[in-house]
Amino acid sequence: MRDVLPDIEKWRSQGDQVAIATVVSMVGSAPRQPGAKLAVSEKGELSGSVSGGCVEPAVVQAAMEVIKNGQPQLLEFGISEADNIEKIGLACGGTIQVFVERLDW
Amino acid sequence: MSGLYEELKNRLEQEHGIAIATVIRGVEQPGARMLIYPDATTHGTLGSPELDQQVTSDATQAIWTSGAALHQYSLAQPDARTIEVFIEGFPPPPELIIVGAGHIAIPLTTFAKTLNYRVVVIDARAAFATPERFPHADELIVAWPDEILSQRPIYPSTAVAVLTHDPKFDEPTLKVLLERHGGYVGAIGSRKTSTERGERLKMQGLTDEQLQRIYGPIGLDIGATSPEEIALSIITQIVAYRHGKIGPQQR
Repeated sequence: MRDVLPDIEKWRSQGDQVAIATVVSMVGSAPRQPGAKLAVSEKGELSGSVSGGCVEPAVVQAAMEVIKNGQPQLLEFGISEADNIEKIGLACGGTIQVFVERLDW
Repeated sequence: MSGLYEELKNRLEQEHGIAIATVIRGVEQPGARMLIYPDATTHGTLGSPELDQQVTSDATQAIWTSGAALHQYSLAQPDARTIEVFIEGFPPPPELIIVGAGHIAIPLTTFAKTLNYRVVVIDARAAFATPERFPHADELIVAWPDEILSQRPIYPSTAVAVLTHDPKFDEPTLKVLLERHGGYVGAIGSRKTSTERGERLKMQGLTDEQLQRIYGPIGLDIGATSPEEIALSIITQIVAYRHGKIGPQQR
């Protein structure tokens, strides 16, 4: 959380809306631990990370929807290694759940 | 906007302990959240007093373990659905309070700063507690240690090393510390001094259970003789305590 605070402050001072994505669970090996955060501004600026790059594009897309409609989303990535080849997933084969919410609290 | 984010940000910036709990799944409104303070007071709600109460107990623990995990709760009534709550704890940086600014306190301050402790040095003797002797201390306090310690926050992550060698400072300090729920407490002195001190404190009303919390003679037995080696034995014991490697019965 501490790592993304300065950027969130900057965006909010400019009057921009912000979404925060948090890794809430992890099965198997994954690049970032629960609690890891990616903050996204309404202009698409990023701070922090939830995976080291592999699932960020999908999380950013969800963050943009969440900023617009205010409805939190729970995303899951990397269901199995076989699935990972077909769709967006984690390179190392683990599974993570990412909670995406608008910063309106 | 209920101001929870501002409150969380302020707590983090001021390096105070805090936990945040967020409903992820299981009720109509995911995203309900609550802040939990080290003293188990709360701000905000997860939707029901029963859930808030169950979460508060886990969250106060998460503060001290830097926990970040999903927890499952089931409420009795009216519906027995499982609710998933993400709880994330942010501890304050661990603090080492050194009582007695003598020759061991100087290398102990250096070791503790290297290990990212916030270091506070307290001594009633102004000649000892000087910035020249302790350039790396975060706080240098010239006052009676028991008076200071009875007023400032003492957390489970707070370690205290009592190093004055003088019963008129050591004993009131230990009495205040053992009546509070802090972390590591060590006191300098030989085995004989430690035993005699224990007997005097017992006569002042402290229980055997409280007295067992004191690590005294202070420090792990590494054969230390110089002030630097003794400081090393003390910080090693503090780290072992922090990671649960030693308890009151294992010296």
